[in-house]
Amino acid sequence: MTIKEQIWNTKKVRNRTILSFVVFFVMMGLAYCFWKWLYAQPEEHGALKPLRKVLIQNEKIFKPLVSQEHLVKTYPLQKAEKKVRVNGWDGIETPLDANWKLKVVRKTGDTIFITLDDIKKLPKTDIVFDFKCVEGWNQITHWGGVKFSEFAKYYELDNEIQMEYVGMITPDKGYYVGIDMPSAVHPQTILCYEMNGKVLPLNQGYPLRLIIPVKYGVKHIKRIGSIFFSNTKPPDFWAEEGYDYFLGL
Amino acid sequence: MENKKVIHKHSLAIRWLHWVNFPLLAVMIWSGLLIYYANRVYKLDLGFTTITFFPEWFYDAIGMRRRLAEGMSLHFAFMWLFTINGVIYFLYLIFSKEYKLLFPHRRALKEAWLVLLHDLHIRKGLPPQKKYNAAQRIAYTGVIILGFFMIVTGLAIYKPAQLNWLCATCGGYEAARIEHFVITILFALFFLVHIMQVILAGWKNFSSMITGFETKKIESNDHKRANLEHEKSKE
Repeated sequence: MTIKEQIWNTKKVRNRTILSFVVFFVMMGLAYCFWKWLYAQPEEHGALKPLRKVLIQNEKIFKPLVSQEHLVKTYPLQKAEKKVRVNGWDGIETPLDANWKLKVVRKTGDTIFITLDDIKKLPKTDIVFDFKCVEGWNQITHWGGVKFSEFAKYYELDNEIQMEYVGMITPDKGYYVGIDMPSAVHPQTILCYEMNGKVLPLNQGYPLRLIIPVKYGVKHIKRIGSIFFSNTKPPDFWAEEGYDYFLGL
Repeated sequence: MENKKVIHKHSLAIRWLHWVNFPLLAVMIWSGLLIYYANRVYKLDLGFTTITFFPEWFYDAIGMRRRLAEGMSLHFAFMWLFTINGVIYFLYLIFSKEYKLLFPHRRALKEAWLVLLHDLHIRKGLPPQKKYNAAQRIAYTGVIILGFFMIVTGLAIYKPAQLNWLCATCGGYEAARIEHFVITILFALFFLVHIMQVILAGWKNFSSMITGFETKKIESNDHKRANLEHEKSKE
């Protein structure tokens, strides 16, 4: 490959130079205007509307990747951190009702109330995985509980898990998440009542929290009060503050 | 009318891809910093001193505190444009055969050393070159490779569960994050050196990245060629 050389008269050189520079400055100007335009757009749930649209498109692109076969990497027990990081107090600041029961709203509208003891009777699953926070830190931690899919099967929620989303809310409604069903019924998603083989501490969401390794930490709601099912996106605490709704890993 | 010799250095495609990449890379680095701020833990221990990424005055100076959600939405939107532009650039290099002017040749390492000595004013004279000298070939090819790894490590961090094989290839989640960060620093260093070299190379060189060509005075045998072309056009 060689570099082309030509003989041009000065006028042509000058005209081409002017044309190129005009196009250059116009395009840079347009890029600047685009940036200004972007930041002048209204927000949709805390994110600039065009960016929110892209996040929703990204979800459509990456959701089909979620597969029951794609398991999050697990670690041996001794790798689990003893000092588990506590992050986020929304929804667990109010005193816990001593008569706590998990409320599940069925598709038909009737509700069932389930005690912690009943949940503990279901087959227990332990998982040691790398917990990832949206902030950027991660920690290998050990949790125990019942698989959400097994819980749903036991309580005959078969019709419910055919729906698109599951929503979870703390008893004081101070924190809430929405989760797409493929992620909720993923074999590593558990309703968790143990950490490091002991009862879940209050600041980690006693009596029952969600552990969903295919999502960032913000989706691992602590102190679940009620669970419901929906074909539209349930409200989500951080998705209202400009974060992506899907947040799938 | 006076004539000039015009050397076509950069094709239209190269110029567009270069200048489209410039603001895109800027947005990616900026939004990356907004994300990094949420967990600003990287340090480099040199023994005698520790470099913190980054000092607090740095965040203050550019006003980037507590903007994680904004950073993520920007990063995950503009990543498409950055990647698409990069892929088009790479395909263009291959199919236009322009890579032959850009990828290092066999003598590249030795010649790059001579270029370095020349740039440091230790040695006079440069080895003969086409479009780029050996040092440029290595630097520009290096930055393409960096871009590739930027996308790979980014994807590994973005989908560490669904693409766990990719994350494992990068050495795990934490390693992939560090690699992504280090590549950003290398990009920034490349940018600084690039700007310095462009300033040193002068206006004509810079202008050619916009117009595509550089002009030179016509030498005697060029005159002959010009006359020939003139004759041809009359025919």
